[in-house]
Amino acid sequence: MTVVQAPRRDDRTPAVPPRPTFRQRLSKWDVKFSPYVYIAPFFVVFGLVGLFPLLYTAYVSLYDWEIGDDEPPFVGFDNYVQLFGDGQFWNAVGNTLSIFVLSSGPQVVIAVLLAALLNTRLRGPTGWRIGILLPYAASLVAIGIIFANLFGNQYGLLNSILEMFGIDRIDWQAGTLSSHVAIATMVNWRWTGYNALIVLAAMQAIPKEINEAAVVDGAGPVRRFISVTLPLLRPTLIFVVITSTIGGLQIFTEPKLFDVGQGSNNGGSSNQFQTVTLYMYQQGFENFDLGYASAIAWVLFLLIVVIALVNFLITRRLAATEGGRR
Amino acid sequence: MTLTTSRPAPAARPKVAKLGRPNFFVYATLAVFVLGSLFPFYWSFLVASRDSGMLTERVPPLLPGGNFFANAVEVFDSVAFWKSMGNSILVATSVTLTTVLFSSLAGFAFAKLRFRGRDPLFVFIVVTLAVPTQLGVIPLFIAMSELGWAGGLQAVIVPNLVTAFGVFWMRQYTVDAVPYELVEAARVDGCSMIRIFWHVCLPAVRPAAAVLAMFTFMTSWNDFLWPLIVLDAGNPTVQLALEQLQSGYYTNYSLVLAGTTLATIPILIVFLLLGRQIVAGIMQGAVKG
Repeated sequence: MTVVQAPRRDDRTPAVPPRPTFRQRLSKWDVKFSPYVYIAPFFVVFGLVGLFPLLYTAYVSLYDWEIGDDEPPFVGFDNYVQLFGDGQFWNAVGNTLSIFVLSSGPQVVIAVLLAALLNTRLRGPTGWRIGILLPYAASLVAIGIIFANLFGNQYGLLNSILEMFGIDRIDWQAGTLSSHVAIATMVNWRWTGYNALIVLAAMQAIPKEINEAAVVDGAGPVRRFISVTLPLLRPTLIFVVITSTIGGLQIFTEPKLFDVGQGSNNGGSSNQFQTVTLYMYQQGFENFDLGYASAIAWVLFLLIVVIALVNFLITRRLAATEGGRR
Repeated sequence: MTLTTSRPAPAARPKVAKLGRPNFFVYATLAVFVLGSLFPFYWSFLVASRDSGMLTERVPPLLPGGNFFANAVEVFDSVAFWKSMGNSILVATSVTLTTVLFSSLAGFAFAKLRFRGRDPLFVFIVVTLAVPTQLGVIPLFIAMSELGWAGGLQAVIVPNLVTAFGVFWMRQYTVDAVPYELVEAARVDGCSMIRIFWHVCLPAVRPAAAVLAMFTFMTSWNDFLWPLIVLDAGNPTVQLALEQLQSGYYTNYSLVLAGTTLATIPILIVFLLLGRQIVAGIMQGAVKG
């Protein structure tokens, strides 16, 4: 009763005080605007470091923009035209793709197999998982330096081992393929365990009944893995492949540190392991040609989008063999 | 008592019980992988604890020598290692604190509050996950120069105050962890929004916040490209100091690897202490993502 009466009393005297108190109005504003305040920091930061740079990179790429220039001349698409005729750029693209294939391919395959091993009923499962994940904690720079040392020509451990077995030393830095293999090894060492855990999580989410049903149907472990587990892992595999594509195509730290000493932005004496990001860094912050570097950044961005898409389609196909009910 | 009653269960389906029992081969393979994980760390310490003459020996020694402290002292003499350590701690700590705070706030708003444009805005955030931030370094550098921040630590801190991943992660967790009823009840009691966040939401999402904090700290500690671009050589982070050690004209590997060991020890300790949570966090994120 009182509940019904209360608003009526308000209606009769609209102008006189029992109107919302300051506290109540404050509370209303609180409900209305708080959410926007809470999400604002992200949008401010993203505007500053995500959206603005992406657009501004496009803008800068149309100028002959050098660090310290007050009025850089507008050159239109000249930077892009020059870029498409730039042998060193295409060489960098080739290196990046080569290193990417050498790292992502084995990485995903080994991660899936490793996850299968971890998915058994191990004693001390957490201990094994931590052990596998250990490289993830390492600093990229430290790892770059350590591996550059391991792969060193004269004093590297790997060459010492090769020699012990009577095999000739390999000048890892000097060769194109050998340097790519060495850099891919660093990448794989760091990320395989991490990806294995992600795949493992997806494996554990597969209902036991499905596997049991397959056992009843007489499927062996290998058959079960191919026909049951893999198709159900598809979304996770797509995720792993896409993230490793985005990371792999931007690779920078490893090739930069693989070349000991001065001129490390060259990626080796004949640019044999200079990646696109390394080339961009060299153009922008060694040669101070920010316009050209921005053009490189944009082409790299498009390249990443295209390759991520292609990978997405391939992975969906590959994992879509029979039983692809999901 | 309970043991005896539960025993028949596995016996009832012996075939399936056999499914996942690992054999020696499984353990051996995993052991090889773990040793492989450990080896570069060990090698780094091995070289760091001897003099650089070790590397010229045909058969390298297997056990550490006693030179580590001498090499470490030399590291501190040759680059601004203490300063870089302090810088890294300052940067990583502030980035971690703000990322966790802002991500939890935004996650709370997206998960539990109703406001216009909530869903499209959240989709937008998820889409931005795909934009590689590395590619924005050039305009970001220009912007930092204009602001006069280049060379200062704020240039490394401010762009990382909050991340799309953090918002996404906290939102996913908050959806399940905080019941609507609790938020409503607090509102009826006259709680302000920020108090609801602080006293109702935050305690409930603490596990996810802890995982996010660890990830953010490690990522920030290990960042290299952006600090390399924007910081001065005289004001480095640990990663930059390491790079300076290595890129001299003459590379003394014992010294360089003493540096990498010193820089790795803190993060390795954190990792080993919190490894269980980090592993749980990665696996949890994978299922939800």
